[in-house]
Amino acid sequence: MNILKNRDVLLAFALVLLIGGVAMRFPAFVRPTNLVNVFNDTSPLILLAIGQMIVILTKCIDLSVAANLALCGMAAALLNGMGVPLPLILLAAVLMGGALGAVNGLLVWKLGIPSIVVTLGTMTIFRGSIFLMTGGAWVNAHQMSDGFKALPRMVILGLPVMSWVALAAIALFFVVLTRTPLGRSFYAVGGNPHAAVYTGIDVGRTQCIAFMISGALAGLTGYLWVARYAVAYVDIAGGFELQVVAACVIGGIAIVGGAGSVIGAVLGALFLGVINNALPVIGISPFWQMAISGSAIVIAVALNATQNRPKGRIILKEVTPT
Amino acid sequence: MQPILSLRGISKSFPGVKALQNVQLDLYPGQVTALIGENGAGKSTIVKVLTGIYQPEEGTITLDGQNVQFANAQAATDAGVTAIHQETVLFDELSVAENIWLGHAPRTRFGLIDRRAMRKGARDLLAGIGSTLDPDLRLGDLGIASKHLVAIARALSTDARVVVLDEPTAALSHKEIHELYDLVEALKAQGKAILFISHKFDEIFRIADRYTVFRDGQFVGEGLMQEIGETALVRMMVGRSVDQIFPTRTPKIGPPVLTVAGYDHPTEFADIRFTLHEGEILGFYGLVGAGRSEVMQALFGITTPSKGGVRIDDKVRVIRSTHDAIAAGIVYVPEDRGRQGAIRGLPIFQNITLPSLSRVGRNGFLRMAEEFKLARDYTQRLDLRAASLDQELGLLSGGNQQKVVIAKWLATKPRVIILDEPTKGIDIGSKAAVHEFMAELAAEGLAVIMVSSEIPEVLGMSDRVIVMREGRIVDEVSGDAMTPERLVRAAAGIAEAA
Repeated sequence: MNILKNRDVLLAFALVLLIGGVAMRFPAFVRPTNLVNVFNDTSPLILLAIGQMIVILTKCIDLSVAANLALCGMAAALLNGMGVPLPLILLAAVLMGGALGAVNGLLVWKLGIPSIVVTLGTMTIFRGSIFLMTGGAWVNAHQMSDGFKALPRMVILGLPVMSWVALAAIALFFVVLTRTPLGRSFYAVGGNPHAAVYTGIDVGRTQCIAFMISGALAGLTGYLWVARYAVAYVDIAGGFELQVVAACVIGGIAIVGGAGSVIGAVLGALFLGVINNALPVIGISPFWQMAISGSAIVIAVALNATQNRPKGRIILKEVTPT
Repeated sequence: MQPILSLRGISKSFPGVKALQNVQLDLYPGQVTALIGENGAGKSTIVKVLTGIYQPEEGTITLDGQNVQFANAQAATDAGVTAIHQETVLFDELSVAENIWLGHAPRTRFGLIDRRAMRKGARDLLAGIGSTLDPDLRLGDLGIASKHLVAIARALSTDARVVVLDEPTAALSHKEIHELYDLVEALKAQGKAILFISHKFDEIFRIADRYTVFRDGQFVGEGLMQEIGETALVRMMVGRSVDQIFPTRTPKIGPPVLTVAGYDHPTEFADIRFTLHEGEILGFYGLVGAGRSEVMQALFGITTPSKGGVRIDDKVRVIRSTHDAIAAGIVYVPEDRGRQGAIRGLPIFQNITLPSLSRVGRNGFLRMAEEFKLARDYTQRLDLRAASLDQELGLLSGGNQQKVVIAKWLATKPRVIILDEPTKGIDIGSKAAVHEFMAELAAEGLAVIMVSSEIPEVLGMSDRVIVMREGRIVDEVSGDAMTPERLVRAAAGIAEAA
């Protein structure tokens, strides 16, 4: 637990250093309004990273999040075109995302297919479904109602609604993971599935719930994304799932499951968000941006690996005397 | 006759346990030596010393009269000592020939693997042990007996002169066992020295030429098979009880708690029936693989029996999952606590409260103060030594991890607690604490089932002992009838008069 907390603190420290470094080249970056913008820009990544983190906790991975987001976003845009009221659209996006997540979860649970294979398949199926629904057509800004587009940008107490949604999700899942039996069972399932069974936890069911949470968050983000950018088409958020997984890895979520925290996932997402936002303003070419994001991932993994090493030594020291 | 391999004065200890103390072992060319002893007698440790996996602290190993040291497994293989284990270490996806030659395959003059020489060599080696197995078959398609043949052919391909067979028949069918006997005869004819480890007396008397007996990590005796009978051998094996002290207790046996009737499983066990009373410790003895753990796992809802039922406090309970079992008041502390018991990455207190989460929360939210209280209550009772309950479980020693796993189950306030090999692999101090604690639990009215393969533990702790063999209950003894000889005979299937 201590190591985990330390890891979060370390990451927060690295994030502050990063922001400070950018501020030296470009002081305007640290103006409150800009920081709010960066956070707002990173909100979709934060939402998906929280869902992904829960899935990874249970020893699975969800590669279909971005496709799920795109499909639910398109559904939201089409419902809007049919004149469905906004609250119902929001509900539909969340439920649809959750249902798509349940498809992943059930395939993993009932058929025992590895999650990476399941979600690689559903990822393509979800994207294909968008094409079937629209024939490849775009839904553009002028086809969306004003209320539909305005909600994510509406500012409450100095923050856009999209940021508030991310903050609410952070708070909600922080409580779920640290203070509820369900949250504890995610850690137990990933930490040692065999022992979890012996403790009366249904491993497959727990994994399925994790996929449903990840899916529901992707569905919600789908609406926010489409409304904010005021466009929906087959390829929105293409390849975004890799950034989501990267945010989790940087955030110290153990890829083998059983260890990680919401705070870690959020910090990992913010770290990537700051890099993505800062590099253009300090004039670094987009090619370097990808290399720098990639290096951040490799360094994070290397740090995690070295942090895990001394643990083994401690065990040996306890065992060898006597 | 001079032995090929000779071990003298070998000692090996692990934290808190002397696994081997000044033992000796001789292996002669063209002869089968049976190594006999109870579980925990040190048989597998000596095999690991022989094959270079463990290095002894004291003692000498002589090979053909020359002192040798096996620094690692490779050194032992190079010297011609090879072991064939219960679960053979081979590769299912490779062919028979590839398995035999892996790591030392014949090469062509270009440095590539010479497939033709490999196939021919494999066929010759297999023929040498009387087998006509096709070298091109995929290993995964073969049965266990054929895999043994491949493992032995592989051993011979490295010019092994000493072959260790570690319970080779445990997983074999009747017919396959006879094929193995023929194979052992073939190896003898080639002048190999064979160490044969088995619990089955009929096998030992059939194929061994010599015997060596270990007990509690010490050498007891050796000799020729034709000069000893079963009774004398059993007596050497069990000996007098060890200088291990068990808590004295005056059992107060109450009404029946758990009644199991006509429990059947298609492959693991048949017709299991017994009754367990309040305040009673019921021992389950048998050889490894006798089906004891399988029965317990069915009771705990891990597997489902095809027939038969369970009554607790005279109420029929249907157990289909571990969740049902815990709700019915049955808990199971598994044998393999690393895999099945402990979640090493979680803190101690979270491990303990995991099955009791509904009791430490309010309105669906966990309350950390109550979690800590529950964890503290039970870890204090078990005298757990840990810096803090916040510590990761994986940082504790084996004995302390075992205590946490037991505390976890006690915290669910069960009626029946099943302990599967509760003291396997833990040091003597922790062992005594676990025994003490079992006595306390029984005194408080809990019904305890203890599965154990250690005779002293079974006799020292149980009020009654059920012996299982090949998936069935073969004997039930209590009081003065509980003698080491009777348990060993029942478990090994030796007739009373022999």
